[in-house]
Amino acid sequence: MVEQTVAAPATQRSNARVVGWCLASVAGMFAFGFAMVPLYDVFCDITGINGKTSGRYVSSDVAVADMKRTVKVQFLAQNGPDMPWVFRPVSRSVDVHPGEAITVSFYAENPTGRDMVGQAVPSLSPSEGTLYFHKTECFCFNQQPLAAGENTEMPLVFIVDRDLPSHITKLTLSYTLYDQGEPQAAVFKTTTIDNG
Amino acid sequence: MSAVADTHAQEHHHGPASGISRWLLTTNHKDIGTMYLIFSFTMFLLGGTMAMVIRAELFQPGLQIVQPEFFNQMTTMHGLIMVFGAVMPAFVGLANWMVPLMIGAPDMALPRMNNWSFWLLPCAFLILVSTLFMEGGAPNFGWTFYAPLSTTYGPPSTTFFIFAIHIMGVSSIMGAINVIATILNMRAPGMTMMKMPMFVWTWLITAFLLIAVMPVLAGVVTMMLMDINFGTSFFNAAGGGDPVLFQHVFWFFGHPEVYIMILPAFGAISHIIPAFSRKKLFGYASMVYAVGAIALLSFLVWAHHMFTVGVPVAGQLFFMYATLLIAVPTGVKVFNWVATMFRGSLSFETPMLFAIAFVILFTIGGFSGLMLAIAPADFQYHDTYFVVAHFHYVLVPGAIFGIFASAYFWLPKWTGHMYDETLAKTHFWLSFIGMNLAFFPMHFLGLAGMPRRIPDYALQFADFNMVSSVGAFMFGSTQLLFLLIVVKCVRGGEKAPAKPWEGAEGLEWTVPSPAPYHTFSTPPVVK
Repeated sequence: MVEQTVAAPATQRSNARVVGWCLASVAGMFAFGFAMVPLYDVFCDITGINGKTSGRYVSSDVAVADMKRTVKVQFLAQNGPDMPWVFRPVSRSVDVHPGEAITVSFYAENPTGRDMVGQAVPSLSPSEGTLYFHKTECFCFNQQPLAAGENTEMPLVFIVDRDLPSHITKLTLSYTLYDQGEPQAAVFKTTTIDNG
Repeated sequence: MSAVADTHAQEHHHGPASGISRWLLTTNHKDIGTMYLIFSFTMFLLGGTMAMVIRAELFQPGLQIVQPEFFNQMTTMHGLIMVFGAVMPAFVGLANWMVPLMIGAPDMALPRMNNWSFWLLPCAFLILVSTLFMEGGAPNFGWTFYAPLSTTYGPPSTTFFIFAIHIMGVSSIMGAINVIATILNMRAPGMTMMKMPMFVWTWLITAFLLIAVMPVLAGVVTMMLMDINFGTSFFNAAGGGDPVLFQHVFWFFGHPEVYIMILPAFGAISHIIPAFSRKKLFGYASMVYAVGAIALLSFLVWAHHMFTVGVPVAGQLFFMYATLLIAVPTGVKVFNWVATMFRGSLSFETPMLFAIAFVILFTIGGFSGLMLAIAPADFQYHDTYFVVAHFHYVLVPGAIFGIFASAYFWLPKWTGHMYDETLAKTHFWLSFIGMNLAFFPMHFLGLAGMPRRIPDYALQFADFNMVSSVGAFMFGSTQLLFLLIVVKCVRGGEKAPAKPWEGAEGLEWTVPSPAPYHTFSTPPVVK
């Protein structure tokens, strides 16, 4: 039986080659699965889908506000699971002219008896407007530490781009605030600063 | 025609080892194929029992038999066991048995790895099924295990589920590598690629799909593992991740996976219909290209499973048209099968009955798939029983009927006996009626808005659900008849000739029935 079922050396060599190629493909596809994570972020960043607003905006030239056009920007604030803070926008909405820099603020209060750190994650709707909404200053760029019982007003400075498509008349910016735990531990646990 | 006339001189070989070590240590493709098929049928009965629990609960509105927590575990485990435990191993078993016989090879290219890839499977499913007895219960988040339901909110047994998936993935990948190496290196002299039997072609393409997507599945469950146990945030918005990303990665695996579960059935049907039509397969080359086209397109359509998460309009249009495009090569296949039957001299033995039912009912499942592919309409159908009806119409009369047709077609070759035709036809008709009774009303339930994966429903859905449950019980209990038929066929029956089917073609019919333990030690020459 043995001498008849054992493959010829030539077949064994090609078997080794096929197995080699297949294992390389398996490793490649496993890596591709993980590569989808950054690719997805880059793709969402470029296209603005998913309402992921980009990081800190640095304007290249001083734009003149388009005084003839008004866009309503609404603000929402909500808490992530098990987040006990009070979190709300100071004003529910503002009317802005595209091109002008607007400052608004959000109120946050830590009613608990322990020091905590929060992280706000923004989302813009409609997602088509994401590419035209620039934040030059945002509390969401950093984690927010609040001592027990402390409260604060957190600033947001933004510019609605003059190129905002004309059919968009209203933008809604929503923040979800997540508990990042104790102040010390939190620094090591997240890498979200540039996610903005 | 007897074995003596054969030139292989089996008398000089020693046969299988005796006792349990034959099965534990075997490297023989026929033994391993048999073990895969037995394992698959065991899992089919287990997953089917869970389906019976689901249908029993849904027999009437309200909660009667199980609590919602357990119901969710049943839907999840039913899906996982049927996909990874019943359908995929059945096709690997068929490949083990038939691919070497069809291409004139003495065994699989890598016999030892073959043994290993089988024995990993019982281990994986032992882990998966044991989660039912763990504190917090088995996975309960659906077979698609969407994050964060499976990460932040999953039961503690999720980690065991992840390891089980890892082991299954390794097993599938090793099986696929083996099939590719066998087909590429061990064909009989003269068998060029375009002379390969269709089943061999479809399995070659399926194996490539497995190699491409099983690592992605392994990747996505690894990310879950890290999110759950190591504090990463792949799918956790609080840490900068994104739950929608999970769905993208999962369906990048998931859509090719559905073709992995149907392409080998396409191949088997392409042998059975010509055999019982006594004609050559119509359009062999177009069949090969159609399978290749389906496999390539399967990588470009994954987001049609997730239109409702907020895909931009341009994306919806792309995925909608790409999905509709798959109907073209699939249509080529269906029309070729019909053209093969056209003006053939047909006879209706059980394999042919299952094959014809496959063509008709799979086409119905394909059409409901087209309805789901239309993005604006999908918002109505998404996550309703219409989806359940659709994928059961492609998986039950598609994959499962394809497996039954193959089993009846090749049983005489495997056992050396003819099966009981009367019992087999009874099995077919009861399965056919039961399956349609169970799944056809689900179309109406879905269109009327009944959501899937919920143990209770509104009163207006009661009648259709009762019909559906009756059909399911009928289909489920009928499968015990299949067990009886196979056991009877193994133990005795009319002696099968080397080629029991008049119109069948292929190298597997040139060896005696039952196929000797070692075949094609000297390769045959293909003209």
